Parts: sequence; C-alpha cells; structure tokens
Amino acid sequence: MRFGIVVFPGSNCDMDCYHVIDQVLGHPVSYIWHQEKDLTGFDCIILPGGFSYGDYLRSGAIARFSPVMEAVAEFAAKGGLVLGICNGFQILLEAGLLPGAMMRNNCLQFRCQDVYLKVETNETPFTNIYRAGEVIRMPIAHGEGNYYAAPEALAELEENGQVVFRYCTPGGEVTTEANPNGSCNNIAGICNKERNVLGLMPHPERCAEEILGNTDGKKLFLSILSWWEGQRCEEVLGCG
Amino acid sequence: MFQARIFVTLKDGVLDPQGAAVKTALTSLGYERVADVRVGKYIVLSLGHSNREEAEKEVREMCERLLANPVIENYFFELQEVSS
Repeated sequence: MRFGIVVFPGSNCDMDCYHVIDQVLGHPVSYIWHQEKDLTGFDCIILPGGFSYGDYLRSGAIARFSPVMEAVAEFAAKGGLVLGICNGFQILLEAGLLPGAMMRNNCLQFRCQDVYLKVETNETPFTNIYRAGEVIRMPIAHGEGNYYAAPEALAELEENGQVVFRYCTPGGEVTTEANPNGSCNNIAGICNKERNVLGLMPHPERCAEEILGNTDGKKLFLSILSWWEGQRCEEVLGCG
Repeated sequence: MFQARIFVTLKDGVLDPQGAAVKTALTSLGYERVADVRVGKYIVLSLGHSNREEAEKEVREMCERLLANPVIENYFFELQEVSS
C-alpha cells in the first residue's frame, strides 16, 4: 500500500507521519510537495499537522487553494483514502471535503495534552480494528480545534454515523469537562458520508510506538492497512 | 482605482470565545454596561479596477471563496474610488 504525505509550507508533522508509515508499518511512502498535481499510484493521502501558511486568515484557508488540493479532491471523489490530522483536518474543512469549520478553542489557550477519545464507529477504513465504543488516549496540540457545524449539519453528521471520535473521560463518558476546546458534541474527528475521508484533531502518529509510551494511534494506521488488504482481496479473488 | 474595505464577522449564534474574553476584560476594567463583544477582521484591498461594478463583483467573489468562511462568518464591504 502506497502512502503520500502532502507537505505545505508550515507543515511540521509530515516527518512524524513518514516515520510511522516507513518504520512502524514498513510500507512505501513519499512526500508530495503542495505544488504537485498528480497523485497517480497512491492509495492513501495524508494531510499532516502543522501551521500551513502560518495559519494566516484562518487555519487551512490558504493551503486549501494549493494546486495539490484539487488533485486530493479528485482522489477522494474516486474513493481514495484521505486522512487529515490536526491542521490537515482544518484544511479538509476549508476545502469542503468535510462539513463544518474550526474556531478558536473556547478556553483561548493552545492545548497540548493527552485526551481520551471514544471510538464512536469502527465502520470506517480508519477505525475497523478498534472496538466500537473503545476508549483510547491520544495527544492533541492545537489552538483552533473547536469544531463547529450549524445545527442541521450537526444533526446530519450524527444521523449518518459520521462522528468517528469524541472527547470523553477515561471512563468513556462524553462530558463538557472532557472537552478540551469547546467542540460541538465533543467532536474530535469526523468522516465524510462515503467514509473514505477522515479528519481528526488528535495526533495518532504521535502515539504509534512503544517507545512513546502509547500505541493507541497505531491501530488507526493498521486499520487502513487492514481495509486496503480487504479491498485487494475483493478485487483479486472476488471474495468479500 | 478602488479601495475595498472588508469587514468579516462571526455569524449570529456562533459563539465567539475571543469576544467573550475581551468582554470579561472590559468588565474588569469597570465598563460594566458592555453587553456583548464580537471580534472580527478588517481587510483592505487596493484594486486596479476602473469599473465599479466589476470591482464589486470580484470583491464579493473573493469574500465568498477565501476571505470569509461562509460556515461561520458573514462579511460586508465598502468600495471607494481612490486616485492612483
């Protein structure tokens, strides 16, 4: 499975993602400069965290017009997997590949800490080896992760099971106290209706190895591999 | 030549944490009659357009595509003719 990691001016988690794909998963991976327009040969595109274009105007607002984003939209429309982490999530929102918008954290502080997340659904290519309802721990590091969607859009997300991760207590309760940034409905990650585009504020690439003291994020990457192998099996053998 | 002065504000109903913090600060300075604060953005564009309608159309387009995020923000602008 071939991964591509888009590098914008100001991305700073691109190398961490590369390391996880290359060293932890052992799969081929390349960087894709934001000026490129061709994504042929890739199976999964990652938009990494960072501060693309210095977060000027709004987080992700300018990166969303990079030449590569048109190709990412086409890639997603064809069913390719797109994973947006932190700033990558913000870019996906600005690009309209996911619904809603990000606001300044309601505490007005940059939050850099571990959070607990409830895996709301394992019926996505990104979460299929987690248990539905499983509580996991991941680090966050953002100043603008306060997810907002208009009430109708929010209801639609909930109805379609597009809320993938929610901030919760260590015991799995979804409470206001467990919400680090004021996100609507404690939302930490959502997918599109087709379920091939995921955006999340927490950083799975920062908790994918024993040496880091937490491997909860590794399952997200392993889910992608497992989904892809299932797809290949269907293609090659016609099994399902 | 025109100058566009664009104001981007959060939509009503969208919580403004920044505005709330500024309001708290103003209250603590003794300005207790401040009922609400909303923080927005002010953007100035110098345009090479010679035609007002064309300038207006393009500024509107720029606001919708980039300068404001229609999910959370409203915008309005003033267009003023300036000498080059």
